[in-house]
Amino acid sequence: MDPAGLLAAYEQMAVIRRTEKAAHDLFLQGLVKGTTYLAAGHEAIAVGASAALRPDDYVFATYRGHHHAMARGATPEECLAELMSRATGLCKAKGGSMHLTKASTGMLGSYAIVGAHLPMAAGAAWSARLRGTDQIAVAFFGDGATNIGAFHEALNLAAVWKLPVLFVCENNLYMEYTPIADVTAVPRPAADRAPAYGIPGELVDGNDVVAVQEAVARLARRARAGDGPALLEAETYRHFGHSRADPATYRPAEEVERWLKRDPLDLARGRLVEMGVAEAVVNEADDRATTAVQKAVEAAKAAPPPDPREALTDVWADGGAAWRT
Amino acid sequence: MADVITYREAVAEGIAREMRRDPAVVCLGEDIGEAGGVFKTTVGLLKEFGPERVWDTPISEQAIVGAAMGAAMTGMRPVAEIMFSDFLACCWDYLANEIPKVRYMTGGQVTVPLVVRTANGGGLGFGAQHSQATENWAFTIPGLKIAAPATPADVVGMMAAAIRSDDPVVFFEHKGLLATKGAPPPPDHVVELGRATVVREGADVTLVALASMVPVALKAAELLSGDGIEAEVVDLRFLVPLDVSTVLASLGRTSRLVTVEENPYQGGWGGTLVSVVADEGFGLLDAPVRRVAGECVPLPFADALEEEVIPTVEKVVAAVRDLAAY
Repeated sequence: MDPAGLLAAYEQMAVIRRTEKAAHDLFLQGLVKGTTYLAAGHEAIAVGASAALRPDDYVFATYRGHHHAMARGATPEECLAELMSRATGLCKAKGGSMHLTKASTGMLGSYAIVGAHLPMAAGAAWSARLRGTDQIAVAFFGDGATNIGAFHEALNLAAVWKLPVLFVCENNLYMEYTPIADVTAVPRPAADRAPAYGIPGELVDGNDVVAVQEAVARLARRARAGDGPALLEAETYRHFGHSRADPATYRPAEEVERWLKRDPLDLARGRLVEMGVAEAVVNEADDRATTAVQKAVEAAKAAPPPDPREALTDVWADGGAAWRT
Repeated sequence: MADVITYREAVAEGIAREMRRDPAVVCLGEDIGEAGGVFKTTVGLLKEFGPERVWDTPISEQAIVGAAMGAAMTGMRPVAEIMFSDFLACCWDYLANEIPKVRYMTGGQVTVPLVVRTANGGGLGFGAQHSQATENWAFTIPGLKIAAPATPADVVGMMAAAIRSDDPVVFFEHKGLLATKGAPPPPDHVVELGRATVVREGADVTLVALASMVPVALKAAELLSGDGIEAEVVDLRFLVPLDVSTVLASLGRTSRLVTVEENPYQGGWGGTLVSVVADEGFGLLDAPVRRVAGECVPLPFADALEEEVIPTVEKVVAAVRDLAAY
């Protein structure tokens, strides 16, 4: 990444971080219902990968997917409006925190059944091949997903069919509330499974946006060239708990402290300064992010609730919900 | 084309017709290529369309249906085979949570034009895990269309509609009907989704049946005719969209309703149908409704036991006679 590219990535991560913080605060104010799965701490994976992908590639994410939606062009306002049940929400307030989707930019959904979207990503990659394009598909998933059947079925199928798909594990060390190491047979929950399917399994620092961008770019080139799928395990850490209900007290204070010192935004800032970008320029990016998210919060708050009639639309392709004559 | 076509041949014919007209149609499933499918319902497809359009898969039901979904979201029209409908349970997440919900939960951003074909039902002595009639499983889920043809011509016409549909369709091919023969369908035969058909007219009672229960109902109607009871037989053809209008119109003529269902009475499709009739057609009825459905047990192995569980002509005749006497 050149300084301009890294600065843009930094600003995008700053926007995501502030949006996640806003989502957290809005929940405490009673303006977000249900629950939220915040991705603060994971920003470098979404932004780094996105910087390595083409606009026509496909991305599939999990219920912890706000960062992926925004990295693929969803605005903070669309996302926050969705979380706040507004008509202007990204999914017309029918999806909520767990299902942010921006299909127009190839972000084909956030799925809340663990591992379910890995076969879908394989299918999108299969489709690209059938249509004769050189698009690729990327599935982002957590460490917990590596122990579910769909993960293994997807890897095998993608390997056998040599599909242009990347499987990117966001290993944040905890399967919900449980250390992933306590419930997984191998030390590296994703990368160590790759040899079983005869595909590359790589590790990357998931808090380093440059390292993620470089790793995804390399594996994407490989997939685009017809050399098949790959697994990338990006180690990272959640800044919040698993969900809104979780204060994450099960994580040792020393561990939390160590990871917070490796904040992906701080790492990117350090790299920018090393490259000779003035601190003031980075601060301006922070200020722009702060202003953009503040405006987004206000706009989402001001947006109307959905028309109740919307509940009976969008089941079928004709827009309706009729199940009988 | 020959004078007659089997239901089995009609499956491959129906798929082939759509593959010829639309290059976006591709097939995937276990043993569907060189082997032509364990039920020989995909014979000839690999030869005509080649390995880029007919894909053998591992035994990975989640990968099969999940990949079909991903392909359907990105411009293809996949036709996925799940070998036995009992195995839908292995990929139920996709049928229950992913495929039917993704359009809705994204506010209409995504379209999923796919068909999941599966061999359904009992009568062949395959035992409890290869014999269940599972159309009612799918019927519990808003967001899936459901087809279950009874004749070779309908297999072709309903397959055309299913593959052309921009909505996901679960297509139940009945194992007990595969060897049955019928008139070949005309070229470009399409049966509109959600269109039931009256296959026998009668003034005394309406029998509503699906798939393999249609010939059972027709045979029962013949026997009843000997008693002077003329049964009208409605082949429902689809569970979603459910053609309530055709059923209510028939009840307007007969005033008596018997459903003939292979799926278990417990949770069977007839429960929903008769609830609509009770709600909207109560005034049409001169007698209670009767449901002749599968017993609420797993499918047993022995013929003598399986016949106890799956509705038979005798059971339908007995139910109608009982109702006629009301």
